[in-house]
Formats: sequence, C-alpha cells, structure tokens
Amino acid sequence: MAKKGVPLSEMATADTHGEDSPYFAGWKAYDEDPYDAASNPSGVIQMGLAENQVSFDLLEDYLEQHPQEFGWGCGISSFRENALFQDYHGLQTFRRAVALFMEQIRGGRTQFDPEHIVLTAGATAANELLSFILADPGDGLLIPTPYYPGFDRDLRWRTGVNIIPVHCNSSNGFQITLRALEDACTGAESMKVRVKGFLLTNPSNPLGVAITRPILEEILDFVSQKDIHLISDEIYSGSVFSSDEFVSMAEIVEARGHEERERVHIVYSLSKDLGLPGYRVGTIYSYNDQVVTTARRMSSFTLVSSQTQKMLASMLSDKEFTKNYLRTNRERLKKRYEFVVERLSNAGIRCLRGNAGLFCWMNLGELLEEPTVEGELSLWNLILHEAKLNISPGSSCHCLEAGWFRVCFANMSQQTLEVALRRMKDFTEKMKEG
Amino acid sequence: MSPTPSKKSSAAAAAATQARSSATGFGGGGGGAGMRLIVPLQGVVQGRGGLVLGTLIPCALFYFLQLYLRRNRSPPPTSPQPPAANGADLLGIVRSSSRNFLSARGSSGHAALSSRAALIARSGDSPYFVGTKKCSEDPYHPIDNPDGVIQLGLAENRLSLDLIGDWLARNVKDTLLDEWQGGLSITGLATYQPFDGLVELKMAVAEFMGQVMRGSVSFDPSQIIMTAGATPAIEILSFCLADAGNAFLVPSPYYPGYDRNIRWRAGLELIPVPCRSTDKFGLSIPALERAYNQAKMRGVKVRAVLFSNPSNPVGNLLHRETLRDLLDFVTEKGIHVIADEVFAGSIHGTEEFVSMAEVLNTDEFDRSRVHIVYGLSKDLSIPGFRIGLIYSFNEHVIAAASKLARFSSVSVPTQHLLISMLTDTKFVIRYIKTNRERLRVMYALLVNGLKQLGVESVKSSGGFYCWTDMSKYMKSYSEKGELELWKEMLNVAKIHLTPGTACHCIEPGWFRLCFTTLTEKDVPVVLERIKRLVDNH
Repeated sequence: MAKKGVPLSEMATADTHGEDSPYFAGWKAYDEDPYDAASNPSGVIQMGLAENQVSFDLLEDYLEQHPQEFGWGCGISSFRENALFQDYHGLQTFRRAVALFMEQIRGGRTQFDPEHIVLTAGATAANELLSFILADPGDGLLIPTPYYPGFDRDLRWRTGVNIIPVHCNSSNGFQITLRALEDACTGAESMKVRVKGFLLTNPSNPLGVAITRPILEEILDFVSQKDIHLISDEIYSGSVFSSDEFVSMAEIVEARGHEERERVHIVYSLSKDLGLPGYRVGTIYSYNDQVVTTARRMSSFTLVSSQTQKMLASMLSDKEFTKNYLRTNRERLKKRYEFVVERLSNAGIRCLRGNAGLFCWMNLGELLEEPTVEGELSLWNLILHEAKLNISPGSSCHCLEAGWFRVCFANMSQQTLEVALRRMKDFTEKMKEG
Repeated sequence: MSPTPSKKSSAAAAAATQARSSATGFGGGGGGAGMRLIVPLQGVVQGRGGLVLGTLIPCALFYFLQLYLRRNRSPPPTSPQPPAANGADLLGIVRSSSRNFLSARGSSGHAALSSRAALIARSGDSPYFVGTKKCSEDPYHPIDNPDGVIQLGLAENRLSLDLIGDWLARNVKDTLLDEWQGGLSITGLATYQPFDGLVELKMAVAEFMGQVMRGSVSFDPSQIIMTAGATPAIEILSFCLADAGNAFLVPSPYYPGYDRNIRWRAGLELIPVPCRSTDKFGLSIPALERAYNQAKMRGVKVRAVLFSNPSNPVGNLLHRETLRDLLDFVTEKGIHVIADEVFAGSIHGTEEFVSMAEVLNTDEFDRSRVHIVYGLSKDLSIPGFRIGLIYSFNEHVIAAASKLARFSSVSVPTQHLLISMLTDTKFVIRYIKTNRERLRVMYALLVNGLKQLGVESVKSSGGFYCWTDMSKYMKSYSEKGELELWKEMLNVAKIHLTPGTACHCIEPGWFRLCFTTLTEKDVPVVLERIKRLVDNH
C-alpha cells in the first residue's frame, strides 16, 4: 500500500480503532442533523448515547449550597499545592471520597481501601490500562456478548490484545453460562490464543441487567480454575433501579480467600452514575498489590486533573448528599425505564426485562425482512433515516441474534423522550402495515 | 498490506525466538545471544570504548531494555485487523506469541501479569524516586527544619504561582459556575464533548502559544489535540509514528521521562545521541547521522528524532540554523521530527526562542513530518491540571491522535477554567513577562553563586534549571563516581539534584539543579551546603 508522505505506524493507519461500526456512524448522522425541540423538531434524536442527565439538578443544588468547597476557598496556598499536585497516587481526600461513594452504592456491604484505588482519566483509560497490564499482545480477554462496542477499541487498539466473545442468547435472557465460557475457551485454544482474563460488565451494557449472585459465583470459580484475571466493570452500579438487586463482585470476593482476590479488579467511573463524563474520573480498584503499583505508575499517561479531584472530594464524602443522590437517581431511572418499556409495549415492541442502566434492550425481530445482520442493519438504517432515531444495533455489540437494539433514555429530557417514543410507535405501525 | 517487520540480524532473531518460546509472560527468561549482541553495540553507539557496567542502575536499565525488546519484537500482524465482525468472531485475530495455553495450569496457581507489567514493576527505585522520597520525609524549612533536605531535583515552577492565585481570587466566582455548567450537560440533549478538547480551549491555547513565542508565529487551533499533560502527548505520537520495535533518536542528555513515555507501552527503542560538553551539549547532526547508521546496521528502523527545545536538562536553545539542519536531516532520512517545546515560555536568558513552527513558516520543508509537543504544566505552573497538547502538521496524525486522546482527555471543568484564564490577554502577557523576570533573577543568583565556588554551569537560556559540572569532585571519573557524589550530596549535604546518568549523559559528573522551587533566601543556604561539600574534596 503506497503511503503519501512520511509513513505512519500500522496502528495509526489500520482500522483497529474499531470505530467503523454503525454504532459510530449513527452519531455522525445525529451530528449533522441534531434534534432541537424549538429549532429543529424533525432532527435526529440521539438514543445511542448512554449518558445520564436525569439527576444533574441535584448536583447543581449541591453547588449552590456549598460554593466554597468548589473553589479553593480563600486559601491561595491550597491552590498552589493543588496546581502543582501531579502525584499519581491521587489526592488522598479524593481517593477516600471515591472509596466511600463506592461503598455507599453497595449499601455498605463491601469495604474499599483508598490505598487500592488507582485514578485514571475515565473508565475508558482504566479498561485499557488493565488490558496492558494483564495481557500481552496476542493474548485474549473473554467478554460476554452482547457487549459495549467501545471495548473493541479500548481493549484492543493500542494493546494488541484480542477479544474472545462468550456468546449469550435470548433463550435464558442472555445470561452467561458455564457452557458458553467453556466453548469460548476451546475456541481460543484452537486459535492458539492464550486467554488472560475475563471482563464482565455488571450491570450489563447493553442489556441493562444486574448479574445475579449465583452467576457471579460461578464466574469467579471459573476464572480461579483457569487461573486467569477477572475485570468487573461496574460503572453502572449506581444506576441499578433497586439497590438490593445489585451484587458487586467485591461482595463475592470478600468472602473468598486471598489467592482468589488477587485476580479480581473492579473498574468504576463517575461518568454514568453522576452524569459527569466530561470530568474524566475513572478508577481501578484492585485487590492485587502488584496490579495497583503497576497501574498507578502507568496512570501517568492518564491522570485526573487535581482541580477536578479537589472539586469533587467533599461532595463525594458528603454521606447525606450521596445517599440522597443515589436514591433519587435510582428512582428517576426506574421511572424512565418503566415509561419507555410501557410505551414500547403499546407499540407492540418487547424488551428484555432489565433492572439497571441508562438504556433498554429492545427486540425488533418481527420487523426484520430477514433474520440476519444485513436485515438488522437495513432496519437500523430505516429507523435512522425515517424515524430519525439513532439507536444501537445489536450487531455492533456482537449479539449473534439479529433484531436486538439498545435504546438509551437518560440522555434527554422527558419531553424529548416522549417525542422519540411516539416516533418509534409511528414507525412500527407503518412497518406493520406496509 | 502492512510493511514487513524490520529486518533483524539472525542472531537477534534467534534470541527472540528463544525468548518467545520460553515466555511465561512474567519476568525471567534466559540471557543468551540476543543480550550479548546488543550490549556491546550500545557501548559503541554511545561513543564509549567499551561497556560501562560500573554501576547498578545503567546496568539494570540495559538489562530491562533488552528484556523488553526481546519480549516485544514478536512480528506484528501481517494484515490490518478489521473490527471484530459479527459471526466471524476471531477474524483477524492476532496470534499469541506464547505457547502456554489455557489448558496448561500456571504452576504458581496465581494469574500472572503481562511482560509489560513486569517491566514496569521493576522500574522502581531510580535516583529520582529515592531523592524525592528523602525530600518528603525530611523537607527543608528555614525555621522548622533548617537541616532538612533541599529539593533541587523537581522541575516545578513555584516562582509565579501567586500571580495565578491572584487571578483566581479575582475571577473565581464567575468561572466557578462556568466550570460546573460546562461539566454538566444542561441542554435538552446530551452534547457530545470531543475528547481532544473543546474548540474554545484550542483557540485560547493557540492564542497563548502565539504570545509565548512572542508573536513570531501563529498557531492554528485545528492542528491541536489536547491531552492530559505532555506525557500522553509524547506517548500518543510514539504510537502514531512508529511500530513496536522501531526507534526514536534522542539527543542526550535527555528528560528521563522519555524512557517511560516511548518505551513502556508503545514499545519503541530510545537511541540516545550523545551531545558533548565541548559543543556546550548542542545538537550535532554528524552524531545523529552516526546513530542513524548504527541503528540501520543493527536492523533497527528509526522513525523519528525527538528533542526538547529549550532543552531539558541542559536549558540551551536551538538556533534557527540547527533547526533547519535537523529538518534537512529528517527529510533526507524520510523520518519524523518531534519538537518538545514545553519550556518555550520559560526563557530567562537574552537569547530568543525559535519554535520549529517558526522555521517551517519561512522555509520550504515538508511539514507533514513535523510534530510539536506543548503544555501548560511548565509555562503556566499548573502541572496538576493536566493540560498538554500535540500540535501536528500531519492530518493523518491529527485524525489518529484525536481518537487516541480519549484515553488521556483533559477534564472539562479544568478546560473551562483555562479558557477563562487564557482569554484574559492582559493577565497572560503580564504573567509571561513577570515569570520570565523571576526566572532570570533566580537563575542568575544560583549560577553566579556556584561560579564563585568554582562550580561551572553551561550557559543556558531557558527552563527551570542549570546544568552543572561537578566532575572534579568525583572520586573516580565514572558513572560510579557520579552516583557516589550524588549520594553524598543527598545524604551529607542534604540537597537533591538530578544526576546526569539519569538523563543518559555520557560524560559523568554533570548534574541538573532546579531553582524554581527555591526562594531567594534559600539560595545562600544551598550554596553554603555545596561549599562545604566542595571544600571537603
């Protein structure tokens, strides 16, 4: 392949960034024609972005009531130290605050030691970091399907690590089975790929379901038996509609012995639960000292702004606030979810029964011309251009069953959501007639 | 079709194969032909007569480098990987370099880490860490702890923080709400915030860079990729400009962080190109030429030259002519050039700083090979806020880097704070001017004081430090002698300096002294301690 000018790396020129799927193409259509109630009411409504805007008013209220905590007070010296602080350990007060917040999400059922918290600029960086640390180029990470399309990029692009899908299907609600795990491992073996870890998203994206305790136990048994690592991406843990329905891998781990703990690493972030994606606050919580030390050093490439750390430290340590925030956020998400499912049901559309997250996993199998990827993509395209809704096709999430779509509902106002659901209803009615 | 992996000498290839077959992904692995082949070449490249294994640290560095090289020289995939398509699960999969598959139980019964992790885990105790630790355990304070350790090893600028603090005190109420609201998406729909930085910040930073370079060149915001500090900026460029196993030529002495930034994850080799005191540590094109050819003979593909200007640790500026010669060199070799200009605004001397961008402006060079790294950690004294950037003239690099910036994004509230600060032009101009003046005063105080003790420094014009020759106080003219002197300065004189070895300087006895964490009153104390040490020798 002739390259113009000075050659670049393989990495820069190949397509391993994984950003060619419809998941990303839909965003482009939205960017070019974004919906606005007043100025562009026929524009594309973005339902492909898993962001949480339902509770930002709570954050604004907090700011209003505690303004001094967000500046540097009157202390110039505290600003000085903060501006110079680039220690990859992170501000101790902030780490403690994050640990506390994570404990609060889990109803106090687990304990997090701030010394085991490694800060990164977002969960994206945390996942990539773990991929660098736990696997060598050519190794594999097992990931249950359907999964977040960004993993193709975040875990593989610069690391050279492979993703080995663990296929789940609708026969049991897409739950992970031992059989699927074993099949994936056998497949890896035959491709001569060494499996180094298993990455679980709990609650699941795109399914919107919290993983049950028996399955978590089974997974931990499995990784122990195979002597591999376990990454539990729990970035939606604060978005489980009912707090007692979430079981963190931390809970399972705390009951186990030391050796099994050493293989478990939890990823968290403030982007989803707190609706602060722009802040770039992510964390790796590992029970393995060597991973903590290594991750910390590697975090030099992805440090959290000291200003941001200071800004959020007192808010996250405020138990009154976080308790209230978590409870309210859960309620609002639950309401939204039920509203969406009901409206879809009225339109004759079934959804997987979910209990968490910022989206629902909807089935449009009946509307497909053919039960294939092509059929699914052509339906997706129709929905994008006719109904003017950007939703995420299951094939982008590596779902083997055609016809499933992820629909985000928390990144818009209630009014916009109603418009979107009406469009969906109109679209399905038209499809069924035609 | 990807380019074929660089040709390796058969011995190195054999060693690499041997290493691959015994790889367990976790430390260890035998030595062998590969190691013995590489070490003598390193000695030759650095212009020394033979191996310098006199001290533990360079030896350890060499060992880790080779271990790392062996691990990472496995050939890259021969075809570009498409995203994992549906149904074809393992399409385009990259083969493991190891033969240890899932069926084989790890003998330790404990999931091992990757070889990259193992390398990093062992990178522990450099002089920088040891010295900084001592400083934090026993910090000097004029009243509370007058015998404590004085930190001269940290290139952090405390001289002008008060100016920024004042600005904040005057503006914080307004910016606060901006930061919050900027961080929260409060429109009806979530606005997708670009990972490579808000447009307003890029515009403000481009403006600032123009002011820093004294208006000699203007910067285009669309060529900027914002990153969480200059550290990831350099790493991202490493990933974009070279493949694992390729090399960058780096004039030495150089900033120790480059070792981490280009090797750890991008897997590149860093080939030091020694600069000499006889040239006042200036960049030498013949030395670059030599290093390039030696690499070629070894079968290592050089992809870029990485240099800092103003230089860290020496503090000298490159002349326009030298920059042009460098551009000629990289053009002739068909490689890239990365200009790390993070200290561009911290000029304390009378010489003028000339940016690579300025040279490109006037001359007919192929710009697509030029990339500049900049940031606000040094010039604006805010390293904690993590604001760095890549400024590239190559649209493909800009495209790739803007995607990679997602792993190292600047926090949005911080972006908003900086937008406010940088658009306050009056403040910016006053800050740059005052900061330069304060740097000049401190530099002169320290350097003249040292001179009176008979300690000479290279005349430098920029940066936070002076590059000082203390070789006559070493017991032996060697790295061992230098490290012993360094230890004596840390433990006896109780001052923490950066030894030249840490910067890969080939002439022993040079030290970097940072003066920006001192107050004027501290300087006599520092000089007194050095005097005592000097008198003892």
